[in-house]
Amino acid sequence: MAGRTATPTKTLGEVSSSGAGIGSSPLRPDGILKVKGQFAYSSDLWMADMLWGGTKRSPHPHARLISVDTVAALKLPGVYAVLTHEDVPGRKRYGLEIIDQPVLAMEYVRYQGEPIALVAADHPETVRRALELITVEYEILDPISDSREAIEGRPGLVHQPQPTEHPDPEASEGHTVPRGNVVRYQKVIKGDPSAVKAAVVVSGSYEVGMQDQAFLGPESGLAVPDDDGGVDLYVATQWLHADLWQVTACLGLPEEKVRFTLAGVGGAFGGREDVSIQIHACMLALRTGRPIKMVYNREESFFGHVHRHPARMEYEHGADADGNLLYVKANIVLDGGAYASSTAAVVGNAATLGVGPYDVPNSEVDCWGVYTNNPPCGAMRGFGAVQAGFAYEAQMDKLAAALGMDPVQLRIRNALHEGSVMPTGQVVDSPVPVEKLLRVLVAEPLPPPGAAVRDVRELPGGVSSTTHGEGVVRGVGYAVGLKNVGFSEGFDDYSTARVRLEVINRTPVASVHTAAAEVGQGLVTLQAQIARTELGVEQVTIRSADTQIGSAGSTSASRQSYVTGGAVQAACAAVRTRVAELALMRLGTEVKVPRMLDGYLLDDAGERLVSIVDLLGEDVIEETLEWRHRKTQALDDRGQGFAHVQYSLAAHRVVVDVDLDLGLVKLVEVITSQDVGHALNPQAVVGQIQGGTVQGIGLALMEEIQISQSKIRNPSFTDYLIPTLLDVPPIKVFMLEEPDPYAPYGLRGVGEAPTISSTPAVVAAIRAATGVMLTRVPVRPQDLLHD
Amino acid sequence: MDFLQPTSWAEALEMKAADPEAIPIAGGTDVMVEINFDHRRPRSLMDLTRIEEVRGWEREGSRIVIGSGLTYRRVIDEIAGTLPALVMASRTVGSPQIRNRGTIGGNLGAASPAGDTHPALLAGDAVVEIESVRGLRQVGIDDFYLGVKRNCLAPDELIRSIVLDSDAGPAYFAKVGTRNAMVIAVCSFSLGLHPRTGRVRTGIGSAAPTPRRAHAAEEFLFEELTDLWHSRADLDRSLVQEFGRLAAAGASPIDDVRGTAGYRTHSLAVLARRTLGWAWADYQRGANSDRAEDVN
Repeated sequence: MAGRTATPTKTLGEVSSSGAGIGSSPLRPDGILKVKGQFAYSSDLWMADMLWGGTKRSPHPHARLISVDTVAALKLPGVYAVLTHEDVPGRKRYGLEIIDQPVLAMEYVRYQGEPIALVAADHPETVRRALELITVEYEILDPISDSREAIEGRPGLVHQPQPTEHPDPEASEGHTVPRGNVVRYQKVIKGDPSAVKAAVVVSGSYEVGMQDQAFLGPESGLAVPDDDGGVDLYVATQWLHADLWQVTACLGLPEEKVRFTLAGVGGAFGGREDVSIQIHACMLALRTGRPIKMVYNREESFFGHVHRHPARMEYEHGADADGNLLYVKANIVLDGGAYASSTAAVVGNAATLGVGPYDVPNSEVDCWGVYTNNPPCGAMRGFGAVQAGFAYEAQMDKLAAALGMDPVQLRIRNALHEGSVMPTGQVVDSPVPVEKLLRVLVAEPLPPPGAAVRDVRELPGGVSSTTHGEGVVRGVGYAVGLKNVGFSEGFDDYSTARVRLEVINRTPVASVHTAAAEVGQGLVTLQAQIARTELGVEQVTIRSADTQIGSAGSTSASRQSYVTGGAVQAACAAVRTRVAELALMRLGTEVKVPRMLDGYLLDDAGERLVSIVDLLGEDVIEETLEWRHRKTQALDDRGQGFAHVQYSLAAHRVVVDVDLDLGLVKLVEVITSQDVGHALNPQAVVGQIQGGTVQGIGLALMEEIQISQSKIRNPSFTDYLIPTLLDVPPIKVFMLEEPDPYAPYGLRGVGEAPTISSTPAVVAAIRAATGVMLTRVPVRPQDLLHD
Repeated sequence: MDFLQPTSWAEALEMKAADPEAIPIAGGTDVMVEINFDHRRPRSLMDLTRIEEVRGWEREGSRIVIGSGLTYRRVIDEIAGTLPALVMASRTVGSPQIRNRGTIGGNLGAASPAGDTHPALLAGDAVVEIESVRGLRQVGIDDFYLGVKRNCLAPDELIRSIVLDSDAGPAYFAKVGTRNAMVIAVCSFSLGLHPRTGRVRTGIGSAAPTPRRAHAAEEFLFEELTDLWHSRADLDRSLVQEFGRLAAAGASPIDDVRGTAGYRTHSLAVLARRTLGWAWADYQRGANSDRAEDVN
């Protein structure tokens, strides 16, 4: 097996270290369990008297429902319930931003795999037979499959009447109202690009295919009814409260009757932002009075969550003869599929980040997110910035070629910097070290050329032995990517944390409770690190994430270290203040700036004042608070506004060997640099950067849900390929730490930026090797052949 | 579902005769996937993993007799250097876990056009030993594959072993996939030189309803190589080109989710040219074909 070493090379900045506090990399509690296969995922949940739930789905992407006959299924021994839309107790639709998606199809199905009916039975096999016995009569309609045609509404409307309901009708800003098939249109204009005459102009059309999050743990959970008409749901999700709000509305229950607890999450990447089994499992549990387990199999999972929006993009870049960018024009069409999901927010990102990490005086980006009968698309790591990033970085290389300039020098010349004005008019008010990131990569020596006789494993094709070196050429590519961190455009983005300090067995112990979803990124570890650092205690307990506390917001948008990290830090500070009050009361000593270290409260001179054990005795201090980052603003109709609270940047250099005759690609080297602000847990940061990089490599080379006539052709891991260990060389990571003064500890969200730049860097390297103008990802072998 | 567990080959044949619909299962890497996805619901399964007689391999002179229950893992570990094309093909099967369980007999039983070992067995002129209570018969690999996932087994028969000649000559297998492991072939090609008969045999995978040979390409080489077997002179570029063209023309590829017909045809020509070049170079210097160390 190929050797893999994480190489967290710190080249700039400092990380402070304090035991297992922030800046260190303590062992994560789930690590060994996961490696040994002992971690309990949501799909492992089990109760003695539980029933199994299953979902009847439409095989057609667009059809009118004529009838649903459940009689035969209900007669099957072992079947306890068969439910349709008529059985939805509360609101019949749900949605993250626009309430447009039926809990169970009513009147129409709008995508292949849309749920129509539910079954609860005593065995998964019985469920399967019962689902086959449900007879659905359809009037099959032509699917609306083309996103550009859909804008015009020419093939008809996916939704009639238009959905208008929003999850939070009280909120004043940021409501999107779909018009025709357009879920959202957003223009972002700066200066007057049409008036600019440029010496060099390059334009291109680009496409991004539909990527899947491909998390390994399928959608699953266990719903347990109580004696009181309520229900407990144990589920893998990214945002317990967003689920809770949608579930309670659709069940017609008050919030106190429904309790959510996070179960073991096997990856998420955006694919668990929308509900899957949540409402269905609760409906079945409430109907049967029995616990209901639901687990999608791999094929069903491909129909059971949203995907990354496929994009079609037109770009034009104009520069003067010295390579100074004068203007960028772009239009971007994102295919949202049958239901809105988070399309509106994805449009906001693509529109505002569409120019990339460059300082451009004039720009105009028009972005549409549209309804079609294709699979619904929503959140996935990189969220709108990935699609644009592929196009603008291809354009930068094309422009460099037209100018006869080095592509890295062109990027450095136009690099965004602190103080730059974004296309939204927002002034960048913390470091965006584009130039430094690129210089770190350029300074690394290139790998040596391949030897004349090489082991096939070092060559394109690997052990498939397709070449012994014939036809193999090398290419090098660079790219930079830009992402926003946190929820943008005026969203009330907050997290809630409760921190408790008490003495147990003569030891001070802190416990932290939030509803933040650990999806594998390491937040549980980080929360403990923060509590250790802030409260000077060794022992920290992190309570299970559940809805017995307020919302932590979503584990997405690279935001949890920032927002829930910020909430835990603030709650700890509140606890420290209470400790100081106690000291004043008991010892008569006032501490103005309370600090705690190694189990002691320090006085203002930094000397130990009193041990926590002695001070607290039997007392328990507990503080709960909501924490918010700086408020952002909604965009106006010219796309102007302080839309994003923080930007995150990464750069990649990729070296490839390409077999020109077969179009097969071997990654020789991948190195990356990223400004992380402050690495609170360096090992976890490196893990995020490497993982994000690999997901971008997947989009560049192989990952695509192939759609034909709005149907998925490859709903399996046999044919939806993600990179394996043998497809990715060890990834060397250079972390820069330029603190963001507005963020807790100066940190910067890290999870998404690497996914944005790795894709265009891979493609740039392949272009350099082959000379083929690649305008679509994933790049297929046949795209690389000259003849 | 009945689950039959014979502990000897004779017992297995008896059981299969009594229940011809029983689906044999060894590694389960194919059958279990089909059952899990409800693509098939066999009335009974026959577990072959307890039958020691078919789980190993033996050498009889230059004949290598491979039990149908031999795993890819053991082919790679134990037969490397002896049957290079089959070993190369086995290395490209699935993942380490799948190679630990999957068997050569299972590949033949499933008879998928994309099965990785088929081209190597075709190029190696393998003989399949098939048995029932009615007796043992030997079927040339050319006559084994009948259609998409169909082979020549009668309902009461089981695959006992696969026989190959280890002294045949240099041989190669190459497979195009869009990642470096765990990938179903977009197309694959195997080539074996058989200097004693003056023949070059080929095998095409994933580019026709069944694994198949490229007969016209083989005939072309039979004519062209007549004098060269003795002289071991270099092959003309034009000869290699024409062989590649004919080899590709021997396929009947389709467009599907893994690749286009055009790309398959193109790559088969490339693989045919390259494998011929490598095998001939080995023949010229009397070398072994296998260039990779053991790979997990």
